[in-house]
Amino acid sequence: MASSVLELQHIKKSYPGVTALDDVSFDIAPGEIHALIGENGAGKSTLMKTCSGAVVPDSGKIVVDGEAFASMTPQLSIKKGISIIYQEFNLVGELSAAENIFLGRPIRKGVFINKEAMEEEARRVFQALNIDIRPETLVKDLTVGYQQMVEIAKAIQQNAKILIMDEPSAPLTGAEVESMFQVIRKLKEAGVAIVYISHRLNEIFELSDRITILRDGRYIKTVKTKDTNTDELVMYMVGRALTETYPPRSEVRTEEVVFEMQNVCGNGDKDLSFQIRKGEILGLGGLIGAGRTEAAEMIFGAAPVQTGKMFLKGKEIRPGSPREAIRLGIALVPEDRKRQGALLGIDVKSNINMAVYPSISKAFLINRKKEEQTAEKYKDELRIKTPSLLQQVKNLSGGNQQKVVLGKWLAANAELLIFDEPTRGIDVGAKYEIYVLMNELVRQGKTILLISSEMEELMGMSDRILVMAEGRITGELDREEFDQEVIMSYASKLV
Amino acid sequence: MQKQMIEVIKDKAIFLVLAVMIIFFSLVTKTFLTLDNLFNVARQVSMLGIASIGMIFVILLGGIDLSTGSIITFVNIVTAYMMVKMDISMWPAILLTLMMCILIGLFNGFAVATFNMPALIVTFATQTIFAGVAYMISGGMPISGLPEEFAVIGQGYVGVVPIPVLIMIVAFVLGGVILNKTYFGRYFYALGGNEEAAKLSGIRVKAIKMLVFALSGLFGGIAGIVMLSRTNSGQATAGRGYEFDVITAVVLGGVSLSGGSGRMLNVVAGVLILGVLSNGMVLMNVSSYAQMVIKGIILLLAVGFDCVQKKGIEK
Repeated sequence: MASSVLELQHIKKSYPGVTALDDVSFDIAPGEIHALIGENGAGKSTLMKTCSGAVVPDSGKIVVDGEAFASMTPQLSIKKGISIIYQEFNLVGELSAAENIFLGRPIRKGVFINKEAMEEEARRVFQALNIDIRPETLVKDLTVGYQQMVEIAKAIQQNAKILIMDEPSAPLTGAEVESMFQVIRKLKEAGVAIVYISHRLNEIFELSDRITILRDGRYIKTVKTKDTNTDELVMYMVGRALTETYPPRSEVRTEEVVFEMQNVCGNGDKDLSFQIRKGEILGLGGLIGAGRTEAAEMIFGAAPVQTGKMFLKGKEIRPGSPREAIRLGIALVPEDRKRQGALLGIDVKSNINMAVYPSISKAFLINRKKEEQTAEKYKDELRIKTPSLLQQVKNLSGGNQQKVVLGKWLAANAELLIFDEPTRGIDVGAKYEIYVLMNELVRQGKTILLISSEMEELMGMSDRILVMAEGRITGELDREEFDQEVIMSYASKLV
Repeated sequence: MQKQMIEVIKDKAIFLVLAVMIIFFSLVTKTFLTLDNLFNVARQVSMLGIASIGMIFVILLGGIDLSTGSIITFVNIVTAYMMVKMDISMWPAILLTLMMCILIGLFNGFAVATFNMPALIVTFATQTIFAGVAYMISGGMPISGLPEEFAVIGQGYVGVVPIPVLIMIVAFVLGGVILNKTYFGRYFYALGGNEEAAKLSGIRVKAIKMLVFALSGLFGGIAGIVMLSRTNSGQATAGRGYEFDVITAVVLGGVSLSGGSGRMLNVVAGVLILGVLSNGMVLMNVSSYAQMVIKGIILLLAVGFDCVQKKGIEK
């Protein structure tokens, strides 16, 4: 193997309450495709951000072409030939592909920009990479796949020797992924080192030379792709064999129907009809954009129902706002914990009480004792790890933040809990705890609607799974019928 | 632990600044540290203090209220007009005016919350509108001849304590209760920190936004009444530019312009710093023009401190 073009040595980085990276090392050679994998929150993106200068490591060394640095800056990183393509593109829609490639450093003719020269150069780069884009096309008129190509072309035009791609295939269609692979292989031939971050193991097996696994911010192992297999990788990623990831659960669902949708249309969804029974965990599966979150929003009063009916315990409901839904006993643990769920700048105590303040107040004055008791109760019950109830939630780990959100709803006495991607960005141990809590909740007679894009989570936790695609329910499976392939085929509407 | 220490020091730094200033002016002037002068300072800052309470709430929600100065002017003219030209007696005139201030605030909040208009622009518009209204009512002329009992509000004493100072203290206590003891205070922090999450927690975001602007209107109005009583005549320029002093005091008191964090007690210190500073500078014969320069610099420093703390320094 040729010597490394980039080497990260013993990188450490911690934030208040979390160790994001704990002594992680990584290296890559020219012309190598090195995959970086790990669960959400394993530290992949943080590690790569140390290369771009977006994150300054607490300790460790970044060695580029034999030159060692304690930290990078964005300018230095570009100068050293490191380029990152983030999940969110850094493109300006109103500018042409060529202008985007030269964004911030245009070819000039005096004080004017030299459009022709930029388009010419862009054309040359596109041709070299076999990319079929006209340089003068506005970026907003390109599909996501082509926009990504513009990002890649931009990196190559800047003479990137190391290209880091963070979940590049996530927004792409199958055909687009294939053409991206072709471009990546061309780059590999040209000697560019490529760090490929992805959740999709099949892509990694198709593309990479070596694979490095991170878990909970720690370096686990680097393996040659040809010497490993999926099971082994998954085991490294989660740290235990898959079958143990879910707590055992006995069925506690009753015959009583808690919630029902009858031919509900709205918010992009069409003709949803289903029932949830008391004590049941009903899984809602499907691909991203299948309309699951949209259904949750309608139940929670965050989006209007156009036609059709909803019933809670046999009574017709039509919540016009989250506030009304909460009063009815419906709660939503939202998809984006940091933006929609937890109030990060506020303490644990206030977060837990946030939905019940009027009921623990007299003449608007808060009964401090009740406030304290409620918070204390759910801190204990949900085993929230926090130094004190006055700690700001942003200083807690992801799993504990999620528990705080859950505590808020339990305090509000919610009966029907909608969990939208409840374990996203949460480390494995905390995930397990959330699962245990969910089981406890249904045992106490609560009812759960679980939206999850993680197939295993869905199958490990649900009593029953509904699969959605393009705003419709396309399939229903009972626990004994659970099968990854069947669910996938419903989700992609193959049946 | 060390981090917590730093947080505590940051939180209390404002009181240290106040203490240093008081010591400084006590040393360089003979007249600063006298009981008379200290009450004088307190009376001078009373209007600033009262008006700042509403502003705290607005800024906590990540908004801003530029209409405060105009509300003060409007109150000056309208209350004076009602009492002098319409012969309405003192208390009804005051109550009517304050209700109008609440309505102006509600309008600000309504526009901001319903149409998602930037608070900066909405309140800039109402600032212009009510400055204009004040001119239209008064024709630009001062309105004098206020009833004698009205002067008590701004000029009277209870024992040795000036009444405006008492009003300010009561207002601060009231503000502190709203912020710390009622659940509205919790909602303010929640909403200022993360509107989306607050909404999904069942908080009526629109109503709360309207409430804070209404409170800002109300406290601005009370400040206006005190000012009218102190000057004893309604001036169409009474509150011009006053919002900047108020915003300076609030930001100096550590209320973050990005919303979600701030404390009442620190704003009291912010208000006192501005008062001590302008009093001390007068005693040192610093010209009023130079005072403007210094106030501007202080606003910059206060905002700079907040922003650097939040986002760090760009390299």
